Amino acid sequence: MSEFIYLYRSTNEASRAAMGSPEQMQKSMQTWMAWMQQLADQGHIKNPGHPLERAGKLVKGKQRTITDGPYAESKDIIGGYTLIEAKDLAEAVELSKGCPILEGGGVVEVRPVLKTGM
Amino acid sequence: MTDLHEHLFRREAGRIVATLTRIFGVENLALAEDVVQDAFCRALEVWPFRGVPENPSAWLMATAKHRALDVLRRECTARTLAPELGRWLESEERLSPAVEELFRAEAIKDDQLRMMFSCCHPRLPEAAQVGLMLHILCGFSVDEVAAAFVSTHAGVEKRLTRAKKVLAESGRLFEIADAADFATRLPAVNRALYLLFNEGYHGASPESAVRVELCREALRLTALLFEHPLGSTPATYALAALMCLHAARLPARLDAAGHLSVLADQDRSRWDPQLMAEGQRLLERSAAGPQLTEYHVEAAIAAVHASASRVDDTNWAQIVSLYDTLMTIRPSPVVALNRAIAVAQRDGPERGLEEIGAIADSHRLATYPFYHAALGELELRRGRSEAAREHFRAALGLARNSMERQFLEQRMEAQVIVRR
Repeated sequence: MSEFIYLYRSTNEASRAAMGSPEQMQKSMQTWMAWMQQLADQGHIKNPGHPLERAGKLVKGKQRTITDGPYAESKDIIGGYTLIEAKDLAEAVELSKGCPILEGGGVVEVRPVLKTGM
Repeated sequence: MTDLHEHLFRREAGRIVATLTRIFGVENLALAEDVVQDAFCRALEVWPFRGVPENPSAWLMATAKHRALDVLRRECTARTLAPELGRWLESEERLSPAVEELFRAEAIKDDQLRMMFSCCHPRLPEAAQVGLMLHILCGFSVDEVAAAFVSTHAGVEKRLTRAKKVLAESGRLFEIADAADFATRLPAVNRALYLLFNEGYHGASPESAVRVELCREALRLTALLFEHPLGSTPATYALAALMCLHAARLPARLDAAGHLSVLADQDRSRWDPQLMAEGQRLLERSAAGPQLTEYHVEAAIAAVHASASRVDDTNWAQIVSLYDTLMTIRPSPVVALNRAIAVAQRDGPERGLEEIGAIADSHRLATYPFYHAALGELELRRGRSEAAREHFRAALGLARNSMERQFLEQRMEAQVIVRR
């Protein structure tokens, strides 16, 4: 088994638009919970991870320039991450296809965790 | 992981918006709605990772409260918010405790009542009052309101926008502390709740799930009303009783095949005994004074039906006399029609048809499918199947949804069988 990180990326507008009415909210929530639960039941979740605040600071370059987030340069904001266990990248990608963020035009970035071989 | 309570977000939206509107002022309803949306977004970001909190309602409320404080701090200098906020906004030490106070459980209940009464502004037509309640207090989206009233998105949006404008122009939320004002507007509130329930019970929405929800919401809001000292009036108890006694029959209104089933054909063992008992209890509480409202009479009629374990055991004489009373309190062609049907049950189809023929405003029933269906049933019962067929055909042409259509088609088929 190898480890992968899912990075959930979405624009503010897209995530807001996907919410819609309270009842749609409830459905989105249920879909998220069900998806997470299914991954957990199949033993794929190493760590459910954390949601991230939308705002933050960027510290940049030798000058240590500090700017405010949300980040004008990147369209997608990382909203959270999850540590996944899967056979290989192909399986990790396959598993990510059920993520509800995709329905709202969001992105799941699937990144293998580098094995340090120690 | 805790499961989500059904319609949690919809219900919380109503509660939170009512409280936030009290804080921000009635002209800032949109701001309140934004803050709710923010709190919900936060939930959607956090819960999938950390699980549903122990008390989801409290979590959402607390999150909305923090957002509200942020907004208040940000808008400190702006005078767009409720004028009475001015004194809290002077200092941070005053602001937090004041907002805490506004988010107490009891205060939140009262906020929903304030909003309920505000929605029933005399400048708004009844349909707009009901729509507004459904939208603001029950968290129904424009599309969901449109589905409930079998209306278009654009039509409902227009009606709601206009209604919200009236609400904003009223300048402040209705003050429920004033007993005289409360009593003056209470009949309009009762009426709107009654219409909301009826839209669910008899309405034209083809989705039975939507209609059950409307009934449930009407019951919930009515309970909120009679739990308040000023709202615990005989009329409101009677209204709640009639809702319970009707809602008790909902499980039997659809037969095993999912088809609409008339009262006479219903499997009475499927009536909800808990709601029936609750209805009886409320009806007894409603009998505390000289006031007799249409809700009392309608609840009493429902109670007579509820007390008959078979349709043949129904005390039709009592039902006819209750309809007589109802005709003096709130006469309408539909009430007259129901009275005529009860007369037919008591005295036979000929007498029933005579009564229908004598309805004063019967032309107002011309587009009501069940007027024609009733004529058809009674003609059928006295053996005039050709006439019955004509009436059923007319009824079928007026059916408002597939469920009604199916029901009327079934009645027509039954009639063919009789002819053979």
